[in-house]
Amino acid sequence: MKFAVIQFPGSNCDQDCVAALNGIAGAHAEFVWHKKTSLHGYDAIVLPGGFAFGDYLRCGAIARFSPIMAAVVEEARNGKLVIGACNGFQVLCEIGLLPGALVRNRKLHFICELLTLRVEVPDSAFTHGCPQGSLLRMPIAHGEGCYFADEKTLRELNERQQIILRYATSDGRIEPSGNPNGSVENIAGICNREGNVFGLMPHPDRACELRLGSADGLKIFQSMIQTIEASRARAA
Amino acid sequence: MKVKVLVTPKAAVLDPQGAAVRDAMQHLGMPEVSSVRIGKYLEIEVDDETPNLDSRLNDLCRDLLSNPVIEDYEVVK
Repeated sequence: MKFAVIQFPGSNCDQDCVAALNGIAGAHAEFVWHKKTSLHGYDAIVLPGGFAFGDYLRCGAIARFSPIMAAVVEEARNGKLVIGACNGFQVLCEIGLLPGALVRNRKLHFICELLTLRVEVPDSAFTHGCPQGSLLRMPIAHGEGCYFADEKTLRELNERQQIILRYATSDGRIEPSGNPNGSVENIAGICNREGNVFGLMPHPDRACELRLGSADGLKIFQSMIQTIEASRARAA
Repeated sequence: MKVKVLVTPKAAVLDPQGAAVRDAMQHLGMPEVSSVRIGKYLEIEVDDETPNLDSRLNDLCRDLLSNPVIEDYEVVK
């Protein structure tokens, strides 16, 4: 199972993603430089966190024009699994693979904190094995992670079960006190209509070992592996 | 020629930066200030013989300089 981890100038979670994935049995992750133009031969694509191109202009605004992004869009349209965490989520929104945008945190602070997330869609490609309402602990580390979408988009996201994760209180309630950054409806992670592109502000890559505070990030990556294995089995 | 581009947050988008500056202005003796919205101002030098300049600039404003989900833009020549 081969994962491509895209490296932009200014990515800083690329190493974390590769280390986390290579620690999972059956997974193998490789760096792919943003100037490459093909993602042929990979089973899944990871857009890591960081500050691609210094986040100049807007987060992800310049990264979306990197040569590799045409291949990311093409592979996403072909149904390949794509996950973007933190800066990767911002890039996916900028390029239009995911709806909405991420803006400055409501209280302006850069927040670096281990948080509780509630799984809203248990059978997505990224949350297999996480029952509805189960809680995951993962850290966030961002200054611009306040998710915004207009009312029509929000309605569609809800109706089509595209809201995968919401920020929750430690006992799993979705309310303002569990919302770190002002995201609408406590949204922490969404997928596209087809369900194969997932963006989230929390870092599964930083939550893959108990000694780092949580190993819940593994559930996301393992779910991706199960999804790919299932689709291979169907094809065989 | 010099082209100026103004990029501003849409009315529906929260602008916490603007709110912080508004609060500072009120603290500094201007309680009359009720709202501040912060955007971006770009000065672009471009050859005015460029073919289809207006439409190409608009494309760049839409695709790169602003994000239509959260921002509006205006080109001033």
